[in-house]
This record gives sequence, C-alpha cells and structure tokens, in this order.
Amino acid sequence: MDDKYIITVKDLTKKFGSFIAVDKISFEVPAGEIFGFLGANGAGKTTAMRMLCGLSIPSSGTATVAGFDVYKQTEQIKKNIGYMSQKFSLYEDLTVKENIDFYGGVYGLSKEKRKEKTEFLIDLLKIEDAKNKLIKSLPLGWKQKLAFSIAIIHEPKIVFLDEPTGGVDPITRRQFWDMIYEAADRNVTVFVTTHYMDEAEYCSRISMMVDGRIAALDTPGNLKKQFGVETMHEVFVKLARPQSNE
Amino acid sequence: MNRFLNFVWKEFLHIVRDYRTLLILFGMPIAQVLLFGFAITNEIKDAKIAILDFAKDNNTQEISNKLLSSGYFLLYENLQSQNDIEPAFRKGIIKEVIIFEPDFGKNIERTGTANVQIVADASDPNFANMLIGYTSSIIMDYQAELSKGKTLPPMINPEIKMRFNPNLKSVFMFVPGLMSVILLLVSALMTSISITKEKELGTMEILLVSPLNPFQIIVGKVIPYLLLALVNSAAVLILSKYVFEVPTVGSLPLLIAECTLFLVTALSLGILISTVSNNQQTAMMISLGALMLPTIILSGYIFPVENMPLPLQLLSNTIPAKWFIRIVKGIMLKGVTFSYIWQETLILAGMTVFFITVSIKKFKIRLE
Repeated sequence: MDDKYIITVKDLTKKFGSFIAVDKISFEVPAGEIFGFLGANGAGKTTAMRMLCGLSIPSSGTATVAGFDVYKQTEQIKKNIGYMSQKFSLYEDLTVKENIDFYGGVYGLSKEKRKEKTEFLIDLLKIEDAKNKLIKSLPLGWKQKLAFSIAIIHEPKIVFLDEPTGGVDPITRRQFWDMIYEAADRNVTVFVTTHYMDEAEYCSRISMMVDGRIAALDTPGNLKKQFGVETMHEVFVKLARPQSNE
Repeated sequence: MNRFLNFVWKEFLHIVRDYRTLLILFGMPIAQVLLFGFAITNEIKDAKIAILDFAKDNNTQEISNKLLSSGYFLLYENLQSQNDIEPAFRKGIIKEVIIFEPDFGKNIERTGTANVQIVADASDPNFANMLIGYTSSIIMDYQAELSKGKTLPPMINPEIKMRFNPNLKSVFMFVPGLMSVILLLVSALMTSISITKEKELGTMEILLVSPLNPFQIIVGKVIPYLLLALVNSAAVLILSKYVFEVPTVGSLPLLIAECTLFLVTALSLGILISTVSNNQQTAMMISLGALMLPTIILSGYIFPVENMPLPLQLLSNTIPAKWFIRIVKGIMLKGVTFSYIWQETLILAGMTVFFITVSIKKFKIRLE
C-alpha cells in the first residue's frame, strides 16, 4: 500500500442478505486531509464508516486504515483512530473531569498524561468553572466540543466523525469546524459525514454516496464546476434527486 | 364530538400497531390467570414419600396401600432402617417419611393401640402441614374402618415430627426464595439496564470503537454488580440469622460459592436480555415480566412445584431460581454437603454457559 495514503479503500462492499448497503466503493485519503462523506439518509455512509472503524466486517473488497487491514487488524485500527458519533458519546452522569479521565484511560494514557490532558483541555475549551459539573448540565455546544476533544485525546492518526454537528446552532458549528481545522493542521486526518451542505464546503475533498456507490469524488470547488452550479447544495440535489426522495 | 371520536380512533391505532402492547394486553391476563390458577393450589398431588415399615404386616400394608392409592402420595422408596431417614430427606426428593413401629398389627390386636410416626420436611412449612393433614386423615379413616363392629375401637396414634424447621416458621421458607429474587433482581435487571443505557446514549458505540474488546466491556460492566449483589446476599443472610433466627446449618463457604454461581447465572441472563433489547424500557419490561414473575410463581418460592400440573412443572425446570432455592434450602436448613446438590449446581452452571454463549452470538451479530 502507498504510504502517502492513510486510508485506502478498494471495491469495498457490504451486503445484508440480498441488500447491498455499500457497493464496491474505492477511494484514498492522504494524511491530514479533511475528507467529507456525504449522501442522503440510507445511502450507506454509516455502514462504510463502520467498516473502516473495525465495527463491521466487509463482505468483500479491501481496505486499510492507518496501514492496518480492516479484516485482520481491527485491534490495531482501534488504537489508532478516534470516533465521535451523531449520538452523544459522553457520560451524562459523570463530570467533565471524570469523562476525560475515563476515555483517556480507555485509550491507555498514563495517569500523569491524563492529568496533563485534562488541564490542557479545560484550558483550551475555557471550561475551568465547569470542570466538576456533570455533563448533563452543560449546553449542547460545549458538550460537542468536549466530545470532539476527547475523541482525539490519544492523538490518533485519524478521527471519524459521524454527523458530529447534528442539532447545533450555526455559530457553534463554525467553532466546531475551527477545532477540526486545528486538528487537521496537526496532521490528524479527519473523516466526516454530514448533512449540512455548508459544512461540505469546509472539507478538502468530498465523496458523494448515492445508493451505496460513490457518485462523485473531488474538491468542493471542482464539484461545483463539474455540475455547473453555485453551491454544494445544488450539487447534492442534482446527484441525489433521481434516486432518492430527499 | 367528531373531533373526540377521531382522537379515540387514533388511540386504537396506536395499540393495534404496537404488537408488544397487544401481546401484553391480551396475553398477560390469560397467562396470569392460568399461572396463578394452577400454581396456587391447596391440593396435594403425587407427593413423594418414603415408608419405613418395621412391622411389615397386614395392617401396615393396608395403610400403605390406602395412602398410595389416594392419588396424593407416591412411594419413592422403601427404607430399611432409621439411619436411612436422614439421607433420604437430604436428597430433597421425598417430602415425608412414614414409620410404622415394629409389631404394629400385633399391637392393635393385643392392646388396641399402635404407633405410627409421620416425619415431614418442614423447610416448606405450609406444604409440610398439608402433607401431615392428609396423611393423618387417611390413617384416621383406616382406623374408623377397623373399628366397625368392634366394641373396643383400636387406636392408631400418629406421632408427628417436623424436620429441619420444628417450629414451622414460615421465614424458613421465605429466606431462600427471597434471596434468589433479590439477587436476580439486582443482577439481571441492573446489568441489562446499564448495558442498554450505554446503547441508548450512544456510548456503547464509542466503547466498541475503542481498544477495549467486547469481552472486557461486558465483564467490566458486570463486576460492580457482582460485588453489590454479594453484599446484598450477605445482608439477607445476616438479617435472617440475627433477626429471624434462621440458622445456616450447612457450610457457609459452600453457600457463598453457590450464591456467586447463581449471581453469575443472573448476570449472564441480564447480558442476554440487554443483547435483545435496544432501550432501558424494554430491558426493564423483559426483566420484570419475563424473569421476575415466573421466578416468583414457578420457582417453588411460594407455591410448591410438586403440586403443579405437569406442564408447569416441566416449565419450572427452566427457571434458574428453582435450582438455586433447592440449593439454598439444602445448605441452610438441611445442612447438606456438595454431594447432595451437585446436580442442581451442574444445571445452574449449564444454564450460565448457555446464556453466555447465546449472548456472545447475539453480540457478534449486532456487531455485523
């Protein structure tokens, strides 16, 4: 496999019985890229992502994540990736500090390292006052930023974000993306699925999934040019409309 | 009015759409009526007894036949000596032993009086009382038959002994049952709820993506509850000993070991429940409805399994608490050693392995 690419996918397929959720997708993601994964509901985004995270065994095709095989080396993959899902990933009945400490421990950080990280994150997110508060008492935007920080607490090579900004106001979303950019600057590869077309514009490259296949893959600028439209929204509608009801 | 009827119709649609509610609506009353109707019975049917007949004469033979043909009793074994009585009870199969004194018939002829001893297993006091009542009245019947046409009616004196619980304290019966219900509740209910909670919150997914392997996740979830439930069982034991004066006759380490085994069974049931339910509500419904109810009714906790109709008896075999209650009764009240309860232990262990295997299979399918 080429060292330049942190994720390589070739003819990756997932079948559930006779239903083909993901149909022979192929792509490569270079290190440090923000790779956007777009598609209508049920287009196969989540299934594809789950295969790359080692949560689901592919039916056929090959893929490597951080240089590890998705069939045989799921344990190594799990150590090298971070993950944040559309649902909340923090424990509501634990405090900010306890959450950071728990996830740090799960990823094998030492006690000193966890303490150091806790202080760093509290400082970074400016939540000094809230560090001993329960997660459930925090505003949604804070929770999401904290969840992202915790997803990369072990400095993974890749972070997978599954619709991370669902239900968040535009300003918080913008701040969230600033954090994503900072992570990408530190050469963390970001693999993100989203429904928001304005977010799609922030990605380095975008792949559009339609009915389990990748219908288009390019930079946002090139895609708009290719379809002769002004916004990503129009690109999405043009691609997705014929096959789906959205 | 139209508006209101529309609303009522909508409510009907909700009920019909949700097959679970429908099942509860129509299934539960039927199941409950059948279960309670058959389980709560004050009749004795085919209770297993043993007879120790020192006399072996016509009279004792006639009494035995009368007892065994009544439909209430079933002869499990004929004992040969006093020494056989204790082990027979410890096995836990026979509920009553009838002992005819030597020269039973001769005594009736010569002196007009004979003695028969009725010993009942009173670890279930209500059942023991019923057994004694039935047995005595059959013997009295026989006495009346003998008396016919005689000027001096013969007397048969039944001497009654309650084994294991001479004062017939009902708490003796409740402690083992309560213990199994509490342990089951804490372990199965709490584990299933706590695992489904993680699923509901989405944290389960994060854990699965993390370097923790599924086995570690499950075992990690279970350990705190195992410890809590052990504390609970200690509390029940201490309370029953010092407040209700139920002694633990047998070995305490053995009892603790068996409690731990049952806890693991209950915890694995909890895990199994959590693999088939997606939210806390379902997990709670399954735990309470499908676990607690049968455990209370069919385990022998309140209603003796022996008196139930055969289908319910067979069903009761699938209930882990039934075996656990037998083990606890054996150790606490009868002081039996492991050699008397190895079968029950083996059954519990087998159930545990089964639950865990199925859970792992289900868990893997979910991962797919």
